[in-house]
Amino acid sequence: MKNTGTLEVTAPTDREIVLTRVFDAPRRLVFDAFTKPELLKRWFGPRGWSLVVCEVDLRVGGTFRFVLRGPDGADMGMRGVYREIVPPERSVHMESFDDYPGESQVTTVLVEQGGKTTLTATVLYPAQEIRDAVIKSGMEHGAAESYDKLAEYLTTIA
Amino acid sequence: MAPDHLDATFAALADPTRRAILARLASGEASVTELAEPFAMSQPAISKHLKVLERAGLISRGRDAQRRPCRLEARPLAEATGWLEGYRHLWEESFQRLDALLDEMKTQEKKRGRAQR
Repeated sequence: MKNTGTLEVTAPTDREIVLTRVFDAPRRLVFDAFTKPELLKRWFGPRGWSLVVCEVDLRVGGTFRFVLRGPDGADMGMRGVYREIVPPERSVHMESFDDYPGESQVTTVLVEQGGKTTLTATVLYPAQEIRDAVIKSGMEHGAAESYDKLAEYLTTIA
Repeated sequence: MAPDHLDATFAALADPTRRAILARLASGEASVTELAEPFAMSQPAISKHLKVLERAGLISRGRDAQRRPCRLEARPLAEATGWLEGYRHLWEESFQRLDALLDEMKTQEKKRGRAQR
């Protein structure tokens, strides 16, 4: 795929996950894509999931509400509140999922250089068990996807 | 994969000295004396770090009673990376759609720029 950077994911401490990725666009566009509902609906969420509710009140103390709908019709809701907003370079928000305990803090930093933007998102979880559960769910998703691909491959050679 | 095993791996990796020891061992086995050299640390301090790495299964120690060389064990490290891989993949899907959207936004902006001139 065109202009695809490489996403790096690290776990620098036992309560954090850090995502780093370069986008081939100025940071004000990246900031817009992360904060404007009509844009968020175009990209946010795992494959096969769509953002059916996306409300953003972008100001300090303002809230957001997202609902993702999966391929089997299951809904996954999340909500949060903005703590800090410095467009287009930095934001801090708290977020929590309807079906999971705990609230995490997400610090997003955008650094622009030569028309490209490096995004660093640091997610701080309230406890290590919660962070581990989040990663574990991703692991299961990754495994499910691999099985899908295997199934696709098997149908092509059948 | 046992989660408690991963906890030990991540706890062991959280320390910069231990990461440096692993980096050194990536180029071949070494004794405690050899490992202590580049770090301004006593041998007992290094031995303490080695015990943590050994418990996490990240290194193994040779049988030679005198030297007991340390060796890097690759498997737990690979497991720890695989652990994050699914999560990485989850976001990468979204970010690839975002790449396409940003391309579209840049094109629209250029068009608007031309229209204003």
